[in-house]
Amino acid sequence: MTNFVDRRLNPKDKNLGNRRRFLRRVRSHVKKAVDRSVRDSAIADVETGGEVSVPPDSIREPTFHHARNAGTQRHILPGNRDYRAGDTIDKPPAGAGGGGGREGAEDGEGEDDFVFALSRDEFLDVFFEDLELPDLVKRTLRNTETTTPRRAGISVIGSPGNMDLQRTMRNALGRRVAMRRPSDERLDALRARVFELEAMHEPGAEARAELARLQAELDEATRRRKAVPYLDPLDVRYKNFEQVPEPNTNAVMFCLMDVSASMRQREKDLAKRFFILLHMFLQRQYDRVEIVFIRHTHRASEVDEETFFHARETGGTVVSTALAEMRRVITERFPASEWNIYAAQASDGDNYSGDSRTCVAMLDGELMALCQYFAYVEILAEEEAQFINSDKSGTELWRAYRSVAAEWPNFAMKRIARPGDIYPVFRELFARGKAERADG
Amino acid sequence: MAERARLLFEGPDWSFDKLRRTHDALAEIAEGELGLDIFTNQIEIISAEQMLDAYASVGMPLMYRHWSFGKHFIHHERQYRKGARGLAYEIVINSNPCISYCLEENTMALQALVMAHAAFGHNHFFKTNHLFRQWTDPDGILDYLEYARDYIAACEERHGQRAVETLLDSAHALMPSGVFRHRRPPLPSLREQTERARQRRVEAERSADYLFDTLLRRESDDETPDRARERRATMRLPEENLLYFVETYSPTLEPWQRELLQITRNIAQYFYPQKQTQVMNEGCACFVHFHCMHRLHEQGRIDDGALLEILHNHANVLTQPGFDDPRYGGLNPYALGFAMMRDIKRICTEPSAEDRAWFPDLAGCGDWRAALRQAWASYRDESFIQQYLSPRVMRELRLFACSDTAEDPHVTITGIHDEAGYREVRDTLAHSRDISISDPEILVTDVDLLGDRVLHLQHVMRDGVPLDEKAREATMAHLRSLWGYPVVLQEAR
Repeated sequence: MTNFVDRRLNPKDKNLGNRRRFLRRVRSHVKKAVDRSVRDSAIADVETGGEVSVPPDSIREPTFHHARNAGTQRHILPGNRDYRAGDTIDKPPAGAGGGGGREGAEDGEGEDDFVFALSRDEFLDVFFEDLELPDLVKRTLRNTETTTPRRAGISVIGSPGNMDLQRTMRNALGRRVAMRRPSDERLDALRARVFELEAMHEPGAEARAELARLQAELDEATRRRKAVPYLDPLDVRYKNFEQVPEPNTNAVMFCLMDVSASMRQREKDLAKRFFILLHMFLQRQYDRVEIVFIRHTHRASEVDEETFFHARETGGTVVSTALAEMRRVITERFPASEWNIYAAQASDGDNYSGDSRTCVAMLDGELMALCQYFAYVEILAEEEAQFINSDKSGTELWRAYRSVAAEWPNFAMKRIARPGDIYPVFRELFARGKAERADG
Repeated sequence: MAERARLLFEGPDWSFDKLRRTHDALAEIAEGELGLDIFTNQIEIISAEQMLDAYASVGMPLMYRHWSFGKHFIHHERQYRKGARGLAYEIVINSNPCISYCLEENTMALQALVMAHAAFGHNHFFKTNHLFRQWTDPDGILDYLEYARDYIAACEERHGQRAVETLLDSAHALMPSGVFRHRRPPLPSLREQTERARQRRVEAERSADYLFDTLLRRESDDETPDRARERRATMRLPEENLLYFVETYSPTLEPWQRELLQITRNIAQYFYPQKQTQVMNEGCACFVHFHCMHRLHEQGRIDDGALLEILHNHANVLTQPGFDDPRYGGLNPYALGFAMMRDIKRICTEPSAEDRAWFPDLAGCGDWRAALRQAWASYRDESFIQQYLSPRVMRELRLFACSDTAEDPHVTITGIHDEAGYREVRDTLAHSRDISISDPEILVTDVDLLGDRVLHLQHVMRDGVPLDEKAREATMAHLRSLWGYPVVLQEAR
């Protein structure tokens, strides 16, 4: 007998295991793609997944097969127009795209890379891999929104734990009344009377008639009780819960950067990558992440992203102006009671002599209390990085900030010199901070 | 009204009711009129994603896990999402009951077409063709695959994913050389085989492995030619099935690794008949669906619209662009197979003088159904073409043969579709469909297990075509890792 089976509801993703094995095999390429995506995209666009391109050699499945251009090969082709037996056709010169179009494409050499897209989850997996985040943090990062259950009326389906007893019993009672289920008292009374009549020594005709009538009534009542149950599945009601997205609070992220002449394209690129990572991190935790770009020389101003990274300005360097500007923006637009404030500052460490003390005063006095987190990276020239190897020495600003870091656990600072340094910096800055919060 | 009532379905939407009605109508024609012999059908409706899943696991409903399936899946998925390639309408599995997967997106007319094609055409071919009857076990295949999947999963747990993966990589590389082409060993059903294998493994674990290691290895050069010949004879050398040989004689493999090799070898062997009968199999299926659909239309059970849609799809699948067309991608086995099947029917019913000369037994015999059934049952592509490719089909497809010698600056046309060339074209086509010719023939010629244990292979060259060097080296590396000792390959002219 022929069977028709509807398989459409079967579990999907049968190939997930195979896909995972494949990804593990091309691990290094995946990693490269993720790193590239982090580097190249605009701050808010990182993390859409990204394409991985794998050179075919690393995933080839070799088998013995004949060489293509050797010996004598015979072919049958369709669609002859005017060839005759014995005709000879000149071969195209070697390297001119092969013989019949198809041959060229199949040729081992000109093969394209194997390209595929990473899903968001796979991307994050690789991205988080080295961060050594506690699982809890990973979970929060992975979920774009959290939900809380909220009562939403009643329902006829649900788990036993959610049963609404009151409503269920009320329904049962209503149904019993409506279906005229004999009550316990009525049944007891009937039984008592029947017993009484049966116990009569010499029942008269009247009593016998009554007995027969009551007996019938009793049978009917018993039958009815069986037919109409005390509690029917129909009566059961459950409390219904809806998953309501948790109203995530908003966050604002301040990007502070020194744009004086000493900050060249290299320094700005490094700074940008650092900001991207912070932004990604925040986006995971907050519904809305505002970014405020504040650049400064000896004056500070709020600008848009394009200007921030690309416009040039000349002047001295007074870091405290940026902090002052940040405070102004906070007071005007981002009251700390409504916003989670994060700040990331990038600088080459130059500062107007004596200003560093002002900075410390501003941070200690007010800003650090407002900020969830303040991250400072100092961008070094590559040759500088060679000989600065102690945290204690450094520019005036660096030394001043060290006192802030000692005081405030939510202040972090780090030196970077190469793009390669950014990743570990990010890891240290945030893995530590978040881990503490998650544990606490 | 009566006319309408006879219709099996109307409009594009399908339902299980309509499917069953149509299936039953098709069964009347296929089994009643064409006399097809089929396994019980199991028709499963699947979604596009599930179709992609099935693609990746070589069309089987269950398969063990391996990264290469993931790679194929990703590749197909990407092609599909980009719109570069559509999905197959169906996949059919040579099992009993015969499982056909039909895509849920198909219209009802397409579902009818697909059922006729797969559930009757392919199904009949699987059940009756001699290669499938001798080499495959449709009753046991699903059980065997399930066993394979579970066994390999257990191996991954016990020996680690990496170890299993490495071994499977090597086994996959040798899969095309892991079939018996000429020899035919007694083939018990796969279920018995697994049971036996399990016992063998237990035994092997108890004895074989360390024996090889403790045996004193003889210094070379003291072996007489007689002893060498005897040794080769006991190992039944030369041996064409590399996987079988390695599985049996490798001095280094552990029992579970041998079992894994056997699994891949059995799967390769299971698919080997399909590779040898592609033209016939598709030709048979296309002929059956073409016939059934026209009969349904004649009986007034499908309407003109449905028939047109079916013909449109039929024509799409059976297009054969010319060799100089940019769409050309080789000979289309559907087109060739269908053309030949239809031609057999024509030769039986309306033969020309030419046909009488070429096919004296067949021409005008009238009973084309029996003639086709007999052809489907007793041939494979190569012999089928030798036997049945008629001059008329060669003319219709305008086939011509050419020969391409690497050293020559030009390609020579050796024959075209004319009186002088028919035989040349037919022979060349038949050869090109012969797997044992188109796949390289590699033999194990010698190994001295008590001596240096070097595995000697020989590639039997045809027409001076050597192996592709890059692929050869990569595959040899796999073979070496399986064998555990040096492997030498010789190109023999």
